[in-house]
Amino acid sequence: MSECVIPTLTTLDVVQSKSVLPPGYKADLANLKALDLTLPMTELLRRTTSRLPQDVIDALVKGRDAEEEGSRAFNTLNDMVRNIILADGHVTPLCQDTGSIIVWVRHPYGLSQRTAKQQIRAAVVEATKRSWLRPNCVESLSGKNTGTNMDPFHEHHPAIHFEEWDKPEVEISVMQKGGGCENVGAQYRLPDAAIGAGRDIKGVRKCVIDAVVKAQGQGCAPGILGVAIGGDRVTGYEKSKELIMRKLGTPNPDPKMDAFEKEITQDLNTLGIGPMGYGGNTTVLGVMVEEMYRHPASFYVSISYMCWSSRRGTLTFKTNGEVSFD
Amino acid sequence: MIRLTTPISEDQIRQLKVGDEVLLNGRVVLSRDMGHKYMKEQKPEWLKPLLENMVIYHCGPVVKKHEDGHYSFVAAGPTTSIREEPYQAEVIETYKVRGVIGKGGMGKKTSEGLQKTGAVYLHATGGAGSLLAERCKRVVDVKMLEEFGSPEAFWIIEVEDFPLVVTMDSHGGSLHEIVLQQSQERAKALMG
Repeated sequence: MSECVIPTLTTLDVVQSKSVLPPGYKADLANLKALDLTLPMTELLRRTTSRLPQDVIDALVKGRDAEEEGSRAFNTLNDMVRNIILADGHVTPLCQDTGSIIVWVRHPYGLSQRTAKQQIRAAVVEATKRSWLRPNCVESLSGKNTGTNMDPFHEHHPAIHFEEWDKPEVEISVMQKGGGCENVGAQYRLPDAAIGAGRDIKGVRKCVIDAVVKAQGQGCAPGILGVAIGGDRVTGYEKSKELIMRKLGTPNPDPKMDAFEKEITQDLNTLGIGPMGYGGNTTVLGVMVEEMYRHPASFYVSISYMCWSSRRGTLTFKTNGEVSFD
Repeated sequence: MIRLTTPISEDQIRQLKVGDEVLLNGRVVLSRDMGHKYMKEQKPEWLKPLLENMVIYHCGPVVKKHEDGHYSFVAAGPTTSIREEPYQAEVIETYKVRGVIGKGGMGKKTSEGLQKTGAVYLHATGGAGSLLAERCKRVVDVKMLEEFGSPEAFWIIEVEDFPLVVTMDSHGGSLHEIVLQQSQERAKALMG
């Protein structure tokens, strides 16, 4: 039971052969009005729900290899690797909680956001029909499930963010954010007397440690943290989620924050919470931090916790019409 | 490794200790947030024969309905159990449940319930949806599907060699409590 499972995924050729896009699919970016995002978006969801990003797999394997062979932490990380191989091979969801669907669209001038929204929604409905997504959109008070992942007011689920940019390409990123890990996110208002956190980087550090101790294994550790320093109650949390889209192992462009990320990651991994809270050396896979501006009276630290199954992906419509997935 | 098959007797359950690894076989009933609220508030009689000496699984599966009408699970890992803390002890006592499968562990109230009735908390690996769905061999029946929706319905399934770890036993032991205390101490030292 305790041998190291090697995370061999299917080759890109095999992934390609299972694509919902017809062979040789090309988009015409010169005619943005006619661009249909539905099929490429469906394909993006097929991939994110079943195939974990390589940097996350590498981090899990590195964590496993740092645990004592045969320990519960080691075996749990090994099971996570087994699960990654199975989900990829069968094209089934990595986790039954396929999450809330959060989408970011970056596009040049000329794309209709209203049309794009309809097409992205259609793709989410289709992915739900195909059992790639669980219907995760319920009316709050009655608990009634819409069954389609659509909220009837076309507002909040899936959550779609648009940004117009200078580039000619269209880029769509998606995150599947599970409910268990969303529940252990936290927002602190500094100064925070309860944990002795002041308005400085030391205070931020205390918030992060406190949030991870409170989360224990409940957010499916080892987690990935997005930490926004500043902003307001909304923009702070929004930023903390965006930060989780960054690849593990890539440096923070701000050298001070980069050093802080490395140090806090090491500290958190001495807490002994371990995979699923069973105890062990792998409590987090990474921490991503960004400093924002704030109102002089407010100092928020917003922390989003992503489970080990960090399902994220990006598709890019290139100017030559090809679609690439990352 | 301990092999257990449902229904399970109180005597069998009392022998289990924190840290024991279990392979579970037989029938299991899925229930989570809406189901637990319903069981505590309405105590439906019809669930009694389904739950006595049986195991509840905190799980909202991804289910595939086949053309001939039968169902199968495509992803079925555990959901966070602590949300059922206000209900669990009473549900265990009312229905004489012998085991609860979930992730993340539960609190004091549930631990007391486990001791009183003779039941254990069994931890499954969170996020291992594909791996665990393979061990859910057959969907026997489903109740309250219309009312609760697919993730919240009472799915009655048969599992085979479902891999679990006892993290809370019927003698007051809890791995979660130990890890919590140790990590809190370490955090204190880190925060100076």
